[in-house]
Amino acid sequence: MAKESTFKNMVLTLLIITLLSAAALGGAYVLTKETIDLGKIKKVNDAIAQVVPEFDNNPSGEVIKKGIDGDTVKLYPAKKDGKLVGMAAETFTKSGFSGLITLMVGFLPDGTINDITVISHNETPGLGDKIEKGKSNFSIQFEGKNPLTTKISVSKDGGEIDAITASTISSRAYCDAVNRAFKAFLEETTGDSSWEGASGATSATNKNKQINDGTSDATLTGEQKTNTDGNTGSTTPTTDTVKVNKEDKK
Amino acid sequence: MSKFGIISRGIFKENPTFVLVLGMCPTLATTSSAINGMSMGLATMFVLALSNLTISLVAGQIPSKVRIPAFVVIISAFVTIVDLLMQAYVPAIYAQLGIFIPLIVVNCIILARAESFASKNGAFDSILDGIGIGLGFTLALTMLGAVRELLGAKSIFGIKLIEGDGITLFVLAPGAFIALAYLMVLFNMLKKKVAK
Repeated sequence: MAKESTFKNMVLTLLIITLLSAAALGGAYVLTKETIDLGKIKKVNDAIAQVVPEFDNNPSGEVIKKGIDGDTVKLYPAKKDGKLVGMAAETFTKSGFSGLITLMVGFLPDGTINDITVISHNETPGLGDKIEKGKSNFSIQFEGKNPLTTKISVSKDGGEIDAITASTISSRAYCDAVNRAFKAFLEETTGDSSWEGASGATSATNKNKQINDGTSDATLTGEQKTNTDGNTGSTTPTTDTVKVNKEDKK
Repeated sequence: MSKFGIISRGIFKENPTFVLVLGMCPTLATTSSAINGMSMGLATMFVLALSNLTISLVAGQIPSKVRIPAFVVIISAFVTIVDLLMQAYVPAIYAQLGIFIPLIVVNCIILARAESFASKNGAFDSILDGIGIGLGFTLALTMLGAVRELLGAKSIFGIKLIEGDGITLFVLAPGAFIALAYLMVLFNMLKKKVAK
């Protein structure tokens, strides 16, 4: 009953099947695209609303992209009546136990951490996934801390954060992401890019400053703001206070 | 074979997970909770029923030398559609299952049913076969997920039953093997009893 396997038959059959499949896929893509995009935007907006105080602007419309460690940290300024009430930073870390962890960190204008929420992660269920709010009290201890005065790293590394039991790697990665967010925040608000972070996670950036600055400039487009004056190494008071805390991760 | 027989065969006599032991990769990897296992099973069932239907309709027109590539194209088209639909309407579950949704393409259950059943039977029987095998797979994955979630996190379908941490081993990879082995023994014991 099957057709004979002649060259013409085979080519024609496969051509028809692939064409029909492609058409079906195109249709499904068009149908779902809008919903998928809306879902992604909503996820980011929900995360922003969770971590910063009440605002009345559209933070995702005023996104500022900062090149840090060869990748970008997105800053979303939250304003009320035109005044900055907080800033949400979509940050990431590559040092998680299993892959990328993405966080939304909310800062008050003075740099104090308001709230943090996890956007995505692949940490082990039951262990590393306690970085999620509601699964343990780990993320709550960041609230109200200012990375300028408090060392954001696990207590094993001399910081003031209690790591999740049996999940030190995930906890370290979380701190790394928070420090990266703060670095971007500081760069944006004060123009100072020399802050090194407490965990030493960002030290690689400073060692390869020239290279990283080159890449970050290349990734920035016209609509995004840059703070090039910070890169000249001008000393600001903040540098001295955190220098003491400089320590390598391992 | 009766219509009901086709469906029930997929659930009991030829259960893809416990009897045929096919599709072990998603079985072990996605069953860290009951809801994940169930979603994976349902996504597979959807693809299975639709690909069986399509293949049973076009099988007569496909030269036998290119039937495998033709089947693979049809199956991957349906998988990508499921992938897009899940991304759009159940993003939370999609994020959990991640790479395993696109990997339904290489799930040997689907190609096996296309080759051994759908290409030789009528359209209606093929849908029923797809639903039956799909239900069997969903049932197996949900059971495995429920057992692992219960032991590993002391909850079921995300509802916490007892406070505190469970036996974390069961949520991790070794727990999948252990739980699967015991469930397989239980299932086959039950099957033997029913057959007697």
